[in-house]
Amino acid sequence: MSDSHGHSHPHAPHPHQPDVEDAPLTHHQILELAVAELLIEKGVFSGGDMRRTLEVIDSRSPADGARVVARAWVDPDFRARLLADANAAAGELGIDAGTIPITTVENTPDVHNVIVCTLCSCYPRMLLGLPPDWYKSRAYRSRLVREPRAVLAEFGTVLPDDIEVRVHDSTAELRYLVLPIRPPGSEDMDEAALAELVTRDCMIGVTLPDSPDG
Amino acid sequence: MSAPRFPVGAAVRIRRAFPPGHIRAPWYLRGCAGAVSHVVGEMGNPEEFAYGRCDGPKLTVYRVRMRQPDIWPDYAGPPHDTLVVDVYENWLEPAGEETP
Repeated sequence: MSDSHGHSHPHAPHPHQPDVEDAPLTHHQILELAVAELLIEKGVFSGGDMRRTLEVIDSRSPADGARVVARAWVDPDFRARLLADANAAAGELGIDAGTIPITTVENTPDVHNVIVCTLCSCYPRMLLGLPPDWYKSRAYRSRLVREPRAVLAEFGTVLPDDIEVRVHDSTAELRYLVLPIRPPGSEDMDEAALAELVTRDCMIGVTLPDSPDG
Repeated sequence: MSAPRFPVGAAVRIRRAFPPGHIRAPWYLRGCAGAVSHVVGEMGNPEEFAYGRCDGPKLTVYRVRMRQPDIWPDYAGPPHDTLVVDVYENWLEPAGEETP
């Protein structure tokens, strides 16, 4: 056996990270590739158009939603406009929230809102970016509507019984954004600092913003 | 938009029907009753879009709020917990008129 690197024992095979092609394509992946190729061949859009659109989708992040929430916390007029028309309100901040209507559901001392899409995984991607894997899981989608308080507790969110837990099942061409309650101790923070408190999960409603008091 | 068939506050039920095909009324809510909390407006029918039929009439979409114990008789949380779901009008009937 030739030894090209200075020792003679046989190597154990290294585990290889599988290439993306190593798993067989599913029916729907083949369908998606075929439809995309056909639309490009027919000139409906170009490969560049598709790439640019994917890039825009991938560029979205919860920081966009956090800016919207922080503005609503410091500006009551903006908050009213956000509750009336979230897409237009986001536009005021230079955020293109897309054409699917987004409804803002506001947490209050009496009501805690949390979002799910039991049919698939509808999610306000234009304000929050791509959804986390757990949001798309069958466990989250089936359990949140059946035992919401148990699911919230697993996220560390234990709410007193006198608060109404309101689950929103997003089944139409509509999207939902939770407007959390501004946390205690944040009274002296400016808008940019407030936005740092607003996480993806509190805009889905599975948790609350951390108080700066700890 | 003309006046909606079900105004805010109307007592409605999601039809207890189980047709085949692309359906937007979640299975677990069929036969459940609640109240209209919001009339969203008219939207195209995705149950038709799924089969390439895009020219049909629009349907009014409602948000319907239900009490959790009305969905799950053994619901573990307090009875004032609720669920709000988007429903297309073809899936709603007056709450008193359950389809047998």
